[in-house]
Amino acid sequence: MTPPAAREEIPITADEDVVRVRQAVRSYAQKAKLSLVDQTKLVTATSELARNTLTYGGGGTAVVEFLTEGRRSGVRASFQDDGPGIPDVDLALTDGWTSGRGMGLGLSGARRLVDEFTLDTGAGQGTTVTVVKWSR
Amino acid sequence: MERIPILKIGDVLLASIQIDLQDRDVLALQEDLAEKICSSGARGVILDISAVDIVDSFIGRMFATIAATSRLFDAETVVVGMRPAVAITLVELGLTLGEVRTALDLEKGLAILAALGDRTDR
Repeated sequence: MTPPAAREEIPITADEDVVRVRQAVRSYAQKAKLSLVDQTKLVTATSELARNTLTYGGGGTAVVEFLTEGRRSGVRASFQDDGPGIPDVDLALTDGWTSGRGMGLGLSGARRLVDEFTLDTGAGQGTTVTVVKWSR
Repeated sequence: MERIPILKIGDVLLASIQIDLQDRDVLALQEDLAEKICSSGARGVILDISAVDIVDSFIGRMFATIAATSRLFDAETVVVGMRPAVAITLVELGLTLGEVRTALDLEKGLAILAALGDRTDR
């Protein structure tokens, strides 16, 4: 397997793209030497976010990046869409709250699984969610 | 899309998931299992996820849905072989698998189904 590039962009327009995002994030997480549990947490979080991009954002783009900072390495994944945006961010981050199908664990659950989580959204502005997981 | 094969062993149906699951694969599995339970009269379903490296909220919810559907056909479902990293992640994600029974491996899963069968009418 060739090592992943420092950055990769993956369009999210269909079901199978969620799987492609998971696979890309997995290979970056391995390169960043995340433990197996941390790899699994990050891949699971990005799976939730990629599906949100598809389901609620009407599709968008994932960007996966390899990070280094001093002696530690990590992976950043961001998910951008031009969908309707999230009018009430606090509500969307509440466990169990859902606007549609699903169990309302996507955003709040994903946030618990990563080290850094930022959400940039607003009604009519699209949504960008960025997550980072560092090696320990 | 790939179809997950369903094997019949006695009155148990075994679905061993060996692929990176797309949402529609899981939906297809749910439908295929319902059909097969109905046509075969199986009393138990085993979902082997020992090769599955992530279970997110959608996939987890589908396992619970499969178990609930099977129960309507008088069949119990046992999810077997969950990897430790998957289990840790599921708990942190906040996902409980509802009333889905789990077992460490296939052998223990079959034992659970056999014990359930003995307790009822057989």
